[in-house]
Amino acid sequence: MPNEAYIYDAVRTPRGRGKSDGALYEVQPVDLLATLLRALQERNRLDTSEVEDVIVGCVTPLAEQGGVIARSAVLHAGWDMSVPGVQLDRFCASGLEAVNSAAMQVRSGWHALVVAGGVESMSRLPMGSDGGAWFMDPRVNLETGFVPQGISADLIATLEGFTRDDVDRYALQSQQRAAYAQANGYFKSRLPVRDQNGLTILDRDEHIRANTTLEKLGSLAPAFEMVGVMGFDAVALDRYPKLERIEHVHTAGNSSGIVDGAALLLIGSKEAGERLGLKPRARIVSAAIVGTEPTIMLTGPAPASKKALAKAGMNVSDVDLFEVNEAFAVVPLRFARDMGLDGTENVNVNGGAIAMGHPLGATGAMLLGTLLDELERTDLETGLVTLCVGGGMGIATVVERV
Amino acid sequence: MPIHYSQDENNIVTLTFDGAGSVKVINLEFLRELDAHVSRLTLDESLKGVILTSAKDTFVAGADIDMLYGATDAAQVFQVTQAFKATLRKLEMLGKPVVAALNGSALGGGFEIALACQHRIALNKPKAQFGFPEVTLGVLPAGGGITRMVRLFGLQTALPYMIEGTRLNVHEALDAGWIDEIVAMNGITTPDELMEHARAWIHANPRIEQPWDRDGYRIPGGDPRRPQVMSQILPIAPAMLRAKTHRNYPAPEAILSAAVEGAMVNFETATRIESRYFAQLVTSQTAKNMMTAFWYQLNAIKAGKSRPKSEKREAKDEKREARGERREARDEKREARGERREARGERREARDEKREARDEKREARGERQETRKLGVLGAGFMGHGIAYASTMAGIDVVMKDVSQERADAGKQKIAALLDERVARGKVSKEQKGNILARIHATENVIDLAGCDLIIEAVFEDRAVKASVIRETGNVIGASVIFGSNTSTLPITSLAAYSERPENFVGIHFFSPVHKMPLVEIIRGKQTSDAAIAKAFDYVLKIGKTPIVVNDSRGFYTSRVFGMYVGEGMALLAEGQHPRAIESAGIAAGMAVGPLAVSDEVNIALIWHIREQTRKDFAAEGKTLPSDPSDHVVDFMVNKVKRTGKLQGAGFYEYPSDAKKFLWRELQKYFPPSDTELPQTEMVDRLLFVQALETARCFQEGVLTSSADANIGSIFGWSFAPYSGGTLQYINAYGVEKFVARARELANKYGERFRPPELLVEKARKGETL
Repeated sequence: MPNEAYIYDAVRTPRGRGKSDGALYEVQPVDLLATLLRALQERNRLDTSEVEDVIVGCVTPLAEQGGVIARSAVLHAGWDMSVPGVQLDRFCASGLEAVNSAAMQVRSGWHALVVAGGVESMSRLPMGSDGGAWFMDPRVNLETGFVPQGISADLIATLEGFTRDDVDRYALQSQQRAAYAQANGYFKSRLPVRDQNGLTILDRDEHIRANTTLEKLGSLAPAFEMVGVMGFDAVALDRYPKLERIEHVHTAGNSSGIVDGAALLLIGSKEAGERLGLKPRARIVSAAIVGTEPTIMLTGPAPASKKALAKAGMNVSDVDLFEVNEAFAVVPLRFARDMGLDGTENVNVNGGAIAMGHPLGATGAMLLGTLLDELERTDLETGLVTLCVGGGMGIATVVERV
Repeated sequence: MPIHYSQDENNIVTLTFDGAGSVKVINLEFLRELDAHVSRLTLDESLKGVILTSAKDTFVAGADIDMLYGATDAAQVFQVTQAFKATLRKLEMLGKPVVAALNGSALGGGFEIALACQHRIALNKPKAQFGFPEVTLGVLPAGGGITRMVRLFGLQTALPYMIEGTRLNVHEALDAGWIDEIVAMNGITTPDELMEHARAWIHANPRIEQPWDRDGYRIPGGDPRRPQVMSQILPIAPAMLRAKTHRNYPAPEAILSAAVEGAMVNFETATRIESRYFAQLVTSQTAKNMMTAFWYQLNAIKAGKSRPKSEKREAKDEKREARGERREARDEKREARGERREARGERREARDEKREARDEKREARGERQETRKLGVLGAGFMGHGIAYASTMAGIDVVMKDVSQERADAGKQKIAALLDERVARGKVSKEQKGNILARIHATENVIDLAGCDLIIEAVFEDRAVKASVIRETGNVIGASVIFGSNTSTLPITSLAAYSERPENFVGIHFFSPVHKMPLVEIIRGKQTSDAAIAKAFDYVLKIGKTPIVVNDSRGFYTSRVFGMYVGEGMALLAEGQHPRAIESAGIAAGMAVGPLAVSDEVNIALIWHIREQTRKDFAAEGKTLPSDPSDHVVDFMVNKVKRTGKLQGAGFYEYPSDAKKFLWRELQKYFPPSDTELPQTEMVDRLLFVQALETARCFQEGVLTSSADANIGSIFGWSFAPYSGGTLQYINAYGVEKFVARARELANKYGERFRPPELLVEKARKGETL
């Protein structure tokens, strides 16, 4: 009987607009993490020396976000110096990858208590500013059929027949659900970010547009048409030769927002929880990571989820709630179709990244916290978190309340 | 009205800072009015340009310290600071040329206002100062100063000015690029010429932006995002700071952080980061400590708080205070009416002038005791130091020693000190000659006739002192004040050798005299007020800070400083690691570790003083209580004969060609204890033992003012300046908490930590010191 991995706590920062006028732009990413580390310590009266590692996902680990920010944050937060830290990068899956790694470490019995999550200050370190062979090396670019994710999203829409109206309606739903959840205090794991004087810098998700309408969304220009015409459409059409052309349906309004934020979870064995007097909130049932075709790139969530469910011996119908990262509106739409769900009734019930934004390295961990809050609020049992991932990957994690 | 608004025929608006008080400071009223004027400017479409200047002697001297000292609510500080910045941002974004016409000093917030102007012209005033003294009071430039300095000059150039609180004169400011022009015509300039230059510049530069608002602007020297540029500087800057401050000073750290963090983000965000750090600093205990000591108490001392007043003067002071109150009452009414204020302001200025004239007359009547010719007995290290410091202040000096040779040798030393200053360009060769010409080195006691103050600085030996006191007494006039520079011998006992003990006063200098800012004035039992006043005025005249204490063994400074040294030795005797003891002293904020400073003072001298005290006690039929340091002193002096730096061997070794290091055998003779104390415990012991002895001095009446205690400790022996001094340390710790902790230490380490009754009483009443 292997060890089980439990989630004892989940916290996140609000998500600030990822531009220089965003509230979290002035906050160093190491402070976003330290805020959460201190919160975990206080909320759980945690003897931090019990924590065996802090795993932090971060996609753009440069400048103030570079240099193994996890260890810097541990020391900056005043945690015991015996706590190490590591930064990992699996693109948009990084935050959930951190959680899954922690769960594996706990289930292996090698670690008893681990903190996992992620951070991303997109206002400070713009997406892609770390470069990479995938798109910067012409050989690899050509071999992989590189296109920006927006082209991939438009490709999915074209293949699946999702119209501009479909994706805009989905975006509107995300905004409305998020606004409702925020107004009703559903985001229990969200903590305010404060300055050194205790003055609040941000205490709500800043990106939500509660008053948006279908008309407004419909008036936005397609975001990827120009680069498509310049060449990326040709790459996609080369890979999908039966298509006449790429329909550019994605806009700034139905794609994930660029934001800043961080999230952390406290994950440990049953024994560690009992010893430290921690109350488990959920059990991490299974996890999976897959690779998929890189040009379409964003179709990983379904195969990853199926793989994770299969490992747990579960069916899709066993899952009460899904959190599917809204990198683009087509991602949850295609996921629901692939999984045979009846629309998005049980998917992203409190909105997602279209409304609240997608702080790359942190999102996976944020989604898991949001899911836990909602399972507890509605007294449901089982949830699944999944994200599409750059380079054509997918990740999924199944949790169950205890 | 603190700011006048006037518009000329060319649509150039001049904002002139004015209002009550001789010095212009930034307070809430000033901020409100500045914002109102700037808002009005934003609506003026015909506006050609703006000139900021002042009707006072200074441009703006900085923030109102009362406002900063009183600030306790970080949220409110943040809001006010942000509002100030918003005003300045509006001003620099007018799209019209804005000139600072600096008619005098612009410090702190004053210079920050100038930085928000696109052009800075200064009047050629030798005494004008520019810079950021905020750090010296534990705060930071929060009017956008850090943000603009970094954007003007780059991190590497801008930071030292703000971290060190450097002040520049007008020429240094021009060289540094802080100001753009100095107005000087034939060496003489008037404010009118300054204004002409400002107007001319406005006409020549109708459209101008701040560099950081132009496209493609980059911070000079690079920003933290370009590690290829900054990787050499950023990692080591905090280390360099720590090497100086050992993390006892939050302000320079916050300045560094605000500058570096601000350089990574846009202008508005950078200024917001600055405000957050400011709100934290200004509400912090350290800032309150530093303002207490370096603003309120130092100013009080310089204003003569501890100087005896003549009866006439006292009565006048009271009247003046009463008048001041009436004037305030009138001011309130006047503000309510809001009429004819300016006319009255002018009258008030006229009154100020009259008052100054009165002050001069008062001095003529002898109420301020001017020292014109000083006699110094002894041309040794202290003697020639005193002579040097005095001639530099324009006092004629007769320096007498037992032989002409020794007197001349002392004068040679002064010449050498002057040569150093000539080499650094601080003094011209001609000035050097004039200064030396004011010193008459002699072996003839009769040459002292005509001196109005005598200070003896002969060997610290009762018999030697007695002999010069008697010898001089026969030569000098009956009214001449005689000061004794002793650090240990009770003044009352020395006064007994004088025929006029009422004229006898202790004037205790610190070594080296020309560098140490403090002088401890000691009142013997019979010392007259006039003698104290004479000494006090003399000390101020030579640019040093006087404290006045009553007679006691070791007075105040030597007595309390001795406790620090003694505690270091006690720790050594207990078997604490010698290096750890030294490190604890540094961590506590002391300038030098207790063992190193023992070497500098000389352990033989410590032994000598103790033995003298023992004898004096015996003569009074008392026994000197033993001290944990006794054994260490005896061992060093008698057993291994390592008495200090002078002998090249003490607690330290002093190789001629390398840095000193702790004597390696110390641990052989003081074997390591089983209980290694944590540094925090040693720090507490080293500071508490001094604070407690100070409280005892207070209880015994040796000290009569908390300002003298605090400033004396910081200026005298570099007691942890961040703490605000020996008594403020107790206040900041919390008197009740301090008493509890002292008892804990007393139970563990001995009675020297037992809190005196005065403290226990204060704690019970919830009072501070």
